[in-house]
Amino acid sequence: MIGVAAGLALEGYRPIAHSYAPFLVERPWEFLKLDLGHNDLGAVLVSTGASYDAARSGRTHQAPEDVTLVAALPGWTIHVPGHPEELERLFRRSLSGHDRVYIRMSEEENHARVDGGGFTVLRRGSTGAPLVVAVGPTLTPVLEATAGRDVGVAYLATVRPFPHDGVRDALAAGTDVVLVEPYLAGTSAAEIAVALRDRPHRLLTLGVENAELRRYGTGAEHRTAHGLDAAGIAGSLDEFLA
Amino acid sequence: MATVTTLDYDDLPALLTRLTGDEKHDTSSLSTLDVLWVLYDRILGDDDRFQLSKGHGPAAFYAVLAAKGIVPVGELDSFGSFDSRLGYHPDRMRAPGVEISSGSLGHGLGMAVGAALTGRRVWCLVGDGELDEGSNWEAVQYAGRVGPGSLTAIVVDNDSSQYGWPEGIERRFMLEGWIALRVDGRDHEALEAALRPDLEGKSRRTSGSRSSPRRSGPTRSASIRATSMSASANS
Repeated sequence: MIGVAAGLALEGYRPIAHSYAPFLVERPWEFLKLDLGHNDLGAVLVSTGASYDAARSGRTHQAPEDVTLVAALPGWTIHVPGHPEELERLFRRSLSGHDRVYIRMSEEENHARVDGGGFTVLRRGSTGAPLVVAVGPTLTPVLEATAGRDVGVAYLATVRPFPHDGVRDALAAGTDVVLVEPYLAGTSAAEIAVALRDRPHRLLTLGVENAELRRYGTGAEHRTAHGLDAAGIAGSLDEFLA
Repeated sequence: MATVTTLDYDDLPALLTRLTGDEKHDTSSLSTLDVLWVLYDRILGDDDRFQLSKGHGPAAFYAVLAAKGIVPVGELDSFGSFDSRLGYHPDRMRAPGVEISSGSLGHGLGMAVGAALTGRRVWCLVGDGELDEGSNWEAVQYAGRVGPGSLTAIVVDNDSSQYGWPEGIERRFMLEGWIALRVDGRDHEALEAALRPDLEGKSRRTSGSRSSPRRSGPTRSASIRATSMSASANS
């Protein structure tokens, strides 16, 4: 599928490829690297299933590693929309380009869409306050978990290229950063390290744990198991910021 | 660019020598040399596409491109060096006349199907050993059902498949609705006849039907063809 998409792109078309993330990214990963990347061809890849939307389907249909894999390849823009209206906006925008775009759809969604660019500061704490960066559909639980805390909250729906300057500016005089991602924990930790390369800082990365859960059930149950619901995030914040 | 001077088939050994450093080069030492020559000398038009899926061992390819004035002859001497545009596996972003970057086996045929879906006439060269990669057969099956406008897969059969293809490679293609031929990979007239896109006088690509999937099976096989070449030498 990715090869055919690349062939269409060779002739000037704008291919859109869609499947579950394991079959769109993981299985054909070398085709993303070579047919699209090395051949310098564009495409819009739109995945479904995210980390654990297909909880009942089990591990075969779950891909918390997808963003790590795509992000390892040069030249990809990666969107992780947190709301259907953000998805539509990002998807439509992607259609007009010639670049390589990965859009990660999820059944998880925030209560409201966030307007603006890829990185949006939603709340500012006092001088020196920690900064919590919520990626995609983690925003609603992050807002619940940070209610009443003196922290800044920023929202990120486009994770590659990573907004180094945005994070740096939003943290201002602070030193503590909490990164909450709906896929493998720490996927963007190295990007934070780049953003703050010359500043002493502490970083807590929350996300899907890098161990097989081996459970079915619902996405909500998986979110809780990975500590990504509001209570789980609040508990991690208590520990880190104590 | 200087005036392009094209060379002849008889000049290829000298060009190969520049690439490999070997003193003497027999044209029979490279299994793809003849089919590449016939393609570039007699078949490909300005709007046509050739994709070298079998991107390992591209010496014959570069030699033919040089003979046709697409790659400057002098650049052959730089083969594989740091600043060379001609690597051991071709890079389309560097080498002139290279349609796809290849070298990892099993990538070209899928890309060829995609390009052919847009109405291009596409020829894609694969090796019989390369067909061991399963991705090829996804492309063969998909093309057989969707029926891209004009696609020719050229299989260099030098018996390098790990496990072989009982009843012959061409049978695999025919089962999926392709027209399949086997020709002598050294016989230029036979190659030319087999590679002509208007083979058998069947209807050519039509712009309206290229990208719409057909589910009727082999009726769309008219313009997807696999040409297996028996060629004993390795490349």
